[in-house]
Amino acid sequence: MSILLDGDTTFIVQGITGREAVNLTRECLDYGSKIVGGVTPGRKGREVHGVPVFDTVAQAVAHHGGPIDGSVVTVPPAFTKDAVLEAIENGIKLIVIVTERIPRGDVAEMVELAEMRGARIIGPNCLGLIVPEVCKMGGIGGPAKDAAKAYQPGRVGVMSRSGGMTTEISSSLTQAGLGVSTAVSIGGDAIIGSTYAELMPYFEADEQTEAIVIYTEPGGRMEAQLAEWVKDNNSRLPIVAFMAGKFMDDEEMKGMSFGHAGTIVEGKEDTATEKISRLEAAGIRVVERIDEIPDVVKEKIGATA
Amino acid sequence: MRFYEFEARKIVELAGIPVTKYGFCTSAEEARKVAEEIGGPVVIKSQVLSGGRMKAGGVKFADTPEEAAEHAEEILKLEINGHMPRGVLVDPKAEVKQEYYASVVWDGTAKKPLMLFSDMGGIDIEEVAETHPDHVGRGHVSNLLPIGDFEAKQVVAATGVTGSQLNRATPILARLARLFRDNDMTLAEINPLAELTDGSFVALDAHMEMENEAVGRQKKLLRKELAIAEDDTRETYEPSDFEKNVSAIDAADHRGVIQGKDHGFTGNLGLVIGAGGGSLTLTDAVRNQGGQPANYSEIGGNPSVAKACGLAKEVLEKDGVEKIAVMMSIVSNTRVDIVARGVIKACLELGKDPGETIAIFRIPGAWEEEGFKILDRYGVETCDRSVSMWEAAGRAVSKIQGAPA
Repeated sequence: MSILLDGDTTFIVQGITGREAVNLTRECLDYGSKIVGGVTPGRKGREVHGVPVFDTVAQAVAHHGGPIDGSVVTVPPAFTKDAVLEAIENGIKLIVIVTERIPRGDVAEMVELAEMRGARIIGPNCLGLIVPEVCKMGGIGGPAKDAAKAYQPGRVGVMSRSGGMTTEISSSLTQAGLGVSTAVSIGGDAIIGSTYAELMPYFEADEQTEAIVIYTEPGGRMEAQLAEWVKDNNSRLPIVAFMAGKFMDDEEMKGMSFGHAGTIVEGKEDTATEKISRLEAAGIRVVERIDEIPDVVKEKIGATA
Repeated sequence: MRFYEFEARKIVELAGIPVTKYGFCTSAEEARKVAEEIGGPVVIKSQVLSGGRMKAGGVKFADTPEEAAEHAEEILKLEINGHMPRGVLVDPKAEVKQEYYASVVWDGTAKKPLMLFSDMGGIDIEEVAETHPDHVGRGHVSNLLPIGDFEAKQVVAATGVTGSQLNRATPILARLARLFRDNDMTLAEINPLAELTDGSFVALDAHMEMENEAVGRQKKLLRKELAIAEDDTRETYEPSDFEKNVSAIDAADHRGVIQGKDHGFTGNLGLVIGAGGGSLTLTDAVRNQGGQPANYSEIGGNPSVAKACGLAKEVLEKDGVEKIAVMMSIVSNTRVDIVARGVIKACLELGKDPGETIAIFRIPGAWEEEGFKILDRYGVETCDRSVSMWEAAGRAVSKIQGAPA
């Protein structure tokens, strides 16, 4: 199986006529995803790779003739909040926000409404999610033939604050013969719709997933939250973590931002060193080198089997 | 974006929070006039974007306007932690009965603003939270619903504060929470919030930070109310020539994104790397194998040949750079052949042999066959995804430093 989406998942693309969105639509269709419509205000009646374009989400839902499961939102930052609220209020339950540089207040507002309506947001500032050989929602993995190369179905769930590193890590798992159950690019911002800990219950419930790999960075408290979740929930899934950006712990790098908007050390708890020790205290193995991941996963799966 | 104290006070004032009658001055003469108007003992405070001004001698008390002018003269010339003051703030010396603390920050885990209040103000709140946890009140506010005064009241009351103090502090904390949300702040802090001998409450010092992503929609506050110039971005440090040049190359062409930083980097191995997470991973991989990066960089999206070339040239022209390593995590959007053309062009234009200068090229993904073919022609060592990012970084390091011991 998979988490959050499967072969039957229907979704729309909001902002579908934008250059990047047109590419993303092509990639997802080629990969087997079911895109049932697109929304760009003022562009009703057009088509993007055969997908009908509407002015409103409500029109897309009416055209589909029933509830639509998801939406990939790729509109400029100033319009993202409204687009997401529109999706939520039209019954969409899974929203992938690709857009970056959205103010935190807007993100928090979207997330709060999503919670009230029972919807889930992935991102912002993310590439979406992929179920190997089934479907993908977002630009994750790139064109279908590239995605096929990096993502083969398998035993490991992947969550990453970096879109590119989601594919890098998944590719190494694929090469090692382990494969990927579902990979989620969770986004690089300070506030995101779904954190590691918030997605863990889904992986926990997915029989196909036997282990989890996470890619982490300095900044924020998401890793501490995961460590707490692991301690409180007696998870069946071994977790292997990789922490990038250790150089940011140096004195001269203080207060500087690298990588992603959320990758900034503001307090002692945000440093790589502090996070690694918290993760390890919760029994999560933090590897030093990126290329150690597949072997450690194999070792862990063996140990719990 | 950070604010000076005089601006933070203005923001607080605009939100309806009482402040003392202060004056912002850029000369000793102005300071004298403000002190005269205040008519009593005053405090003169340096306006710098740096902590520790009390220790550095940036805060002084004066009994007369003459003394105020003298202090202002000194403080205006005083550099604090590498920052020259924007001016001084002249404030009446308040008759303080008790100091409190009030702030609002983001709680990234709860995804909501968090109000904090303490009846032990004037000192570091983290220290209070550790030593006297029962003196710190906390409460989240919604991003969607209106913020009620009662929410602030609960937080204040949690510290044991009652009586008229509770009723005076409550609207101040509620207004602080509203201004935090309305103005896209990432920090809104009043410390100390002072109860004066007459029982009134005033914000004696305030600290505000606004989210950079929101600066564009906060023009009314920034340009009109505070008259902050568009180019006054308040960076934490002055960008280097390398950083400025890379930004200029990036701005000149809308395709793709490049970024470069060299603050704190002094090595001999230039890094032409990407994307966000890949760059962090690769910088660590170089350093952890004994390499000395000359810079940090990020290639994102699909940059033009000119852009990739521009970044590589800037890196190559940095003092002390002997070789560059061109590496990324697997790309799907960035085209490998375009980056390859860009870095070769950079070498050739600077009269360098690409095969010698490029220690390693490790970018797997879209258009890699085409890219590797071009690089092969110039004798550049390439690797695909079968070589890990760690391994590629290690090869680059050993080329510049000889084989590892």
